Amino acid sequence: MTRTTAEIVGHCQSLFEDLNFTAARAWKDAVPGRKVIGYMPIYVPRELIHAAGALPLGILGGGDQLEVIHGDAYYQSYICRIPRSTIELGVTGRLDFVDGMLFPSICDVIRNLSGMWKLMFPGVYAKYFDVPQNYRDDIGGSYYVGELKDLRDDLGELTGRPITDDALRASIAAYNDNRRLVRDLYALRIERPWQVPAPEVYLVLRAGMVLPVDEHSRLIRDYMESVEGEDRPMRDNCRIVVTGMFCEQPPLNLIKSLELAGCYVVDDDWLLVTRWLLDDVPIEGDPLENLAAAFLHHSENTAAKYEPNSAEKGKYLVEMVRRASAEGVIFAAPSFCDPALLERPMLQHVLTEAGVPYIAFKYAENSGQMQPIREQAGTFADSIKLWSEA
Amino acid sequence: MTQPPKASAKQKDVSKDSSMLKQKEMIAGHYRRLSTAGEDGRKVAATFVPGNLNELIMCFDLLNNLPEVNAIQSGLRKESGRYVMEAEKLGHSEDVCTYVKNDLGMIARGNVGPYGLQLPDPDVLLLSYTGCFTFMKWFELLREQYDCETIMMHTPYTGDGKITQNMRDYMVKQLKEEVIPKLERVSGVKFDIDRLREYLKESARAEDDLVWVLQSAKNKPSPIDAYFGGIYYIGPIFGAFRGTKEATEYYGALRAEVQDRLDAHQGPVTPDGEMDGEKYRLVVEGPPNYTSFRDFWKMFYEEGAVVVASSYTKVGGVYDFGFRHDPDNPLETLADYCLGVYTNRSLPQRVEMLASYVNDYQADGLLVNSIKSCNSFSAGQLLIMREVEKRTGKPAAFIESDLVDPRYFSPANIKNRLESYFQMIEQKRAGKHVEAGHVEAGAAA
Repeated sequence: MTRTTAEIVGHCQSLFEDLNFTAARAWKDAVPGRKVIGYMPIYVPRELIHAAGALPLGILGGGDQLEVIHGDAYYQSYICRIPRSTIELGVTGRLDFVDGMLFPSICDVIRNLSGMWKLMFPGVYAKYFDVPQNYRDDIGGSYYVGELKDLRDDLGELTGRPITDDALRASIAAYNDNRRLVRDLYALRIERPWQVPAPEVYLVLRAGMVLPVDEHSRLIRDYMESVEGEDRPMRDNCRIVVTGMFCEQPPLNLIKSLELAGCYVVDDDWLLVTRWLLDDVPIEGDPLENLAAAFLHHSENTAAKYEPNSAEKGKYLVEMVRRASAEGVIFAAPSFCDPALLERPMLQHVLTEAGVPYIAFKYAENSGQMQPIREQAGTFADSIKLWSEA
Repeated sequence: MTQPPKASAKQKDVSKDSSMLKQKEMIAGHYRRLSTAGEDGRKVAATFVPGNLNELIMCFDLLNNLPEVNAIQSGLRKESGRYVMEAEKLGHSEDVCTYVKNDLGMIARGNVGPYGLQLPDPDVLLLSYTGCFTFMKWFELLREQYDCETIMMHTPYTGDGKITQNMRDYMVKQLKEEVIPKLERVSGVKFDIDRLREYLKESARAEDDLVWVLQSAKNKPSPIDAYFGGIYYIGPIFGAFRGTKEATEYYGALRAEVQDRLDAHQGPVTPDGEMDGEKYRLVVEGPPNYTSFRDFWKMFYEEGAVVVASSYTKVGGVYDFGFRHDPDNPLETLADYCLGVYTNRSLPQRVEMLASYVNDYQADGLLVNSIKSCNSFSAGQLLIMREVEKRTGKPAAFIESDLVDPRYFSPANIKNRLESYFQMIEQKRAGKHVEAGHVEAGAAA
């Protein structure tokens, strides 16, 4: 039976609000011996976890519903919020069913959190998953293949199911399908942002953090099909790109506030793991080599990556603006986020040169007061509408 | 109650031993060379302290300019505050690293270095990306300023507490295929591996003497302060001098000087003169505050507290667990050096190091100076503190400041916390005595 948009979004919302990860627990309990591997933003090769028969589970902090009590005892006031709420999830037993945790290469805080996890949860497999910042196949590529091999061996041992090349190829195919659907969803939003509001897109993507990949792919298909039948009015909103939200997640209200303030979000950097690889990863040939080549040459740009070519620095954001026919950019970074905040001036220079207007503000995953953000975004939207050449 | 030991304030000016004066002259000389690099036809490589490739840089006749050291020197001279504010005016966030903002603010104001001399534009940015994510963004920001060649030398983080062959191979390949060819191109000097071997031999000699000096703090009283004084000791080897004969001579002379102090049962030299008596022996984790460096140090020596070991003096290389630059494996040793610096080590490794320092140096406990703008050091320090306490049974304490932003140094707050910590150590000692008394009484009965 076809589900309505409201039902799909409601389901996604309940997954989003469930800090006990009931769906993932149910998946694990359904078959004895199943394993769950958690990962933090922004990118880990989920194909490997899937090929080992485990569930990749996105751990994205505690959001604005979790009261952080224990976690605050581990971090000073000037450190961002995601590690403290993640620790809170850990010490309160909400992650007690998670068999392993991967900490991607994103910043010094997440890097150190990998060691904290080893000390605090010694029975749980914990790994800092490093990725190359050198993009030559014979240098960074070889290194990355070596790291992927290590991870493949570790996961095979953890699940008791060594990862074969064929299993990995099948997983790559499943994730190719998922990424294609995410791209389609984003393309649809560019085309008709009033039809696929940003809060819904976010919730649909977010569901992919806790659902098996095939189930998530079905969900995206269902959602896109259901919204076609919705009669949603087009508002006089401006079109904006939001950037800087790739790690600590914004409160859902913040995303809603942007649209309420008159901004259609037509592109963003939320949940980058869902579209880190920009094209299909080839199925033929050595799957690890294919994953490595895709990472090196066809992956998303973000502040956590080094840009070797100075002429290319930040150009991806201008491209994003052009591709989405956006009229401006909102820089929204979590407080104390080194990568986003250090990157911001460079990106702003590129936008200035390209004549793209922008504004900037900071948030935390538990920011409650949206009025200033709404006012700022509203003024920005008004200024675009009043003063832009179009 | 015993009287707190005091530094004998014999001199009005800051008291310095001869090694400090020599070190100061070396650093000043380096800044002079940098300021005249253009006239002298010298090319300049800007690079970082942790995992710096000084021996390699010297193979190409390049001068080494270290933005972090410039920031430290600006902090010591009370100039960093205005640079930080300048960078914030230019749009840099109040939340990010103040070394970065010092550097960018200084450039914006004409790039006059801490000795009042013009700093040269770099010919190459050698991004030795070790232990700190911020470095990567910092050099992208500098590349935007200078529009010069930037070489990325990516050092994987040793998250599992070990250096793997895959990591080492990656580093060596980067050196062979990227770093060396690009340095050849920028400098016009052909790489000579035997020249590198010679520099590495010199490095190992100096490293031997540095380790001896730092480990002299195992003695009671400690003849050195391994944090505040230690910062002077690491200047040459972590900066532009590792691999030079000048550095070897400096560390040889420093060792002799410390040997003399040991023989005379003397404590460390402080800015107010020699410290008589030693009351507390501490291990310190985290960088110091540079904008109030002398006041900060004073809070320790006025209470008779000596730092016998610190993690900060390992950011430019951890040598005290056996690593030495190895001339027989020149590129592999550079890789291992970068991979092994303190901030590239996993948190469990850092805990292990600090706990071993507390035990091996017979310290009274661990003090953490948490730096607002340095997540590489600071994220996780509260857990480090608890773990070290648990493993050593010694009390730990926590203070907060910043590297070079004077707005984040609160003297009264820090002094209060330190005083409380010293009282805690006293109580712990008293508790032990009481406990020991009970045991004796029990045994007598």
